[in-house]
Amino acid sequence: MAKKASSSSPRKAEPPPAGADAKPFVWRRKDLLGLDELSAEEIVHILDTAESFKEVSTRSIKKVPALRGKVVALMFFEDSTRTRMSFELAASRLSADTILFTAKGSSVAKGETTLDTVRNIEAMGVDIFVVRHGQSGSPHMLARQVRASIVNAGDGQHEHPTQALLDIFTIRQKLSRVAGLKVAIVGDIAHSRVARSNILGLRKLGAEVVVVGPPTLVPSAITAMGCSVSHSLDDVLAEVDVVNMLRIQFERFSSSLFPSVREYHNLYGLTAARLARAKKDLLVMHPGPINRGVELTSEVADGPNSCILQQVTNGLAVRMAVLYLVSQGSE
Amino acid sequence: MKQLLTAEQVEKAINRLYKAVAAQLPPEAPVAIVGVRTRGETLAARLVERLRKTREVSHGILDITFYRDDLSRRRGAPLVRATEIDFDLDDAYVLLVDDVLQTGRSVRAALDALHDFGRARVIRLAVLIDRGGRELPIAADFVGHRLLVGSGERIQVKLKENDGEEGVFLIPAKG
Repeated sequence: MAKKASSSSPRKAEPPPAGADAKPFVWRRKDLLGLDELSAEEIVHILDTAESFKEVSTRSIKKVPALRGKVVALMFFEDSTRTRMSFELAASRLSADTILFTAKGSSVAKGETTLDTVRNIEAMGVDIFVVRHGQSGSPHMLARQVRASIVNAGDGQHEHPTQALLDIFTIRQKLSRVAGLKVAIVGDIAHSRVARSNILGLRKLGAEVVVVGPPTLVPSAITAMGCSVSHSLDDVLAEVDVVNMLRIQFERFSSSLFPSVREYHNLYGLTAARLARAKKDLLVMHPGPINRGVELTSEVADGPNSCILQQVTNGLAVRMAVLYLVSQGSE
Repeated sequence: MKQLLTAEQVEKAINRLYKAVAAQLPPEAPVAIVGVRTRGETLAARLVERLRKTREVSHGILDITFYRDDLSRRRGAPLVRATEIDFDLDDAYVLLVDDVLQTGRSVRAALDALHDFGRARVIRLAVLIDRGGRELPIAADFVGHRLLVGSGERIQVKLKENDGEEGVFLIPAKG
């Protein structure tokens, strides 16, 4: 981990490599579509690169010329505020130019297909597309059809790789490891791309994952991803090191999946009383935006166990790392 | 791999470098020794250790990956490591340290990187090996050893801390 040394004496040079001519790992991918296709080594490489990018944000001039002269197109077919701003700031810290596309009032509203929209914008000379789309798999489809790099910023109910990477980055930063930890992901697992990417990434790095939620929101087949299932937060809370409280999408309350907000909060909300029964240094995470008083109480969200704002800060470094790496990839 | 300099010759070259550098340090101004990753970082650390016996110097590490002018040629990304400069560069005497000077492009990148941290009063360049073959108008202020090597050939400096052995080697041109 890139730790700042005290006063003005940086850490010593790295020890000699173990294997005499062991080749250091080199990133080759031109796209980041999901954590499903990444190896543990690739995930660690992204996290390590993000470590280096954290330093850039501490400088008085918070910019490096890594993507100077490159164009990053932010394609938000689905609304997003923080992910979009995070990618936008990450791109500008790398000196890239950014252009923004949102579906509202655009050519999509006039009936243009996703592929045509992206191809047209690519023709202006775009190097990297950051794609948020309601349809699962659309970034994968685009990656096969265009030459530019594709970064998945959330596709349907499939994956949200950069969110999971920043979650795992934060876990590694706060608890100094990932392997061997037990992580609970709580909430609407069935519709959550954040949950899917987190399960994939955490399992690859050797953590144990338990998903927690009401039976209507936790598909039983999810165990095929290598996690266990619980329908009681109280049962698992004492034994986990991390809880990731997923956001409840209020639009689903109208459906039969949720009897009521109050019931959900009573059973699955993280309160100070519940926290008192958990491990003392339990890490409380939330991908945002928070519904205060639903997934967690304000006392917990703003309390000492919460690292919700660090997640946001780390998201910037992780997205800088991802944009930089895909710009260097060729496959 | 042909050996060009032995461990003793490397030691002599570092000594020469140290003496030349020490003689020129301004007595009053703040001094910062900044090594370019990876071998320059090791050399800078050795210089700092000796210089600190007689005076105060700051010590920094520079990773120049993002400042390279060949970054736009896609060929995979090895791990980038953090730059560590946690002192004020403004008005400091900065000694940039690298292992090999050839084209001058790394030094150009390092100067750009340093510029993002502040306006140094003076920047000087110390290299262990000057092997010729400049492509930019850049010269070293302090040189440990000069070698004449063909432009197609690569030389590699090995240092105990990084490689477990010490010496300068010639890597023959490929095919």
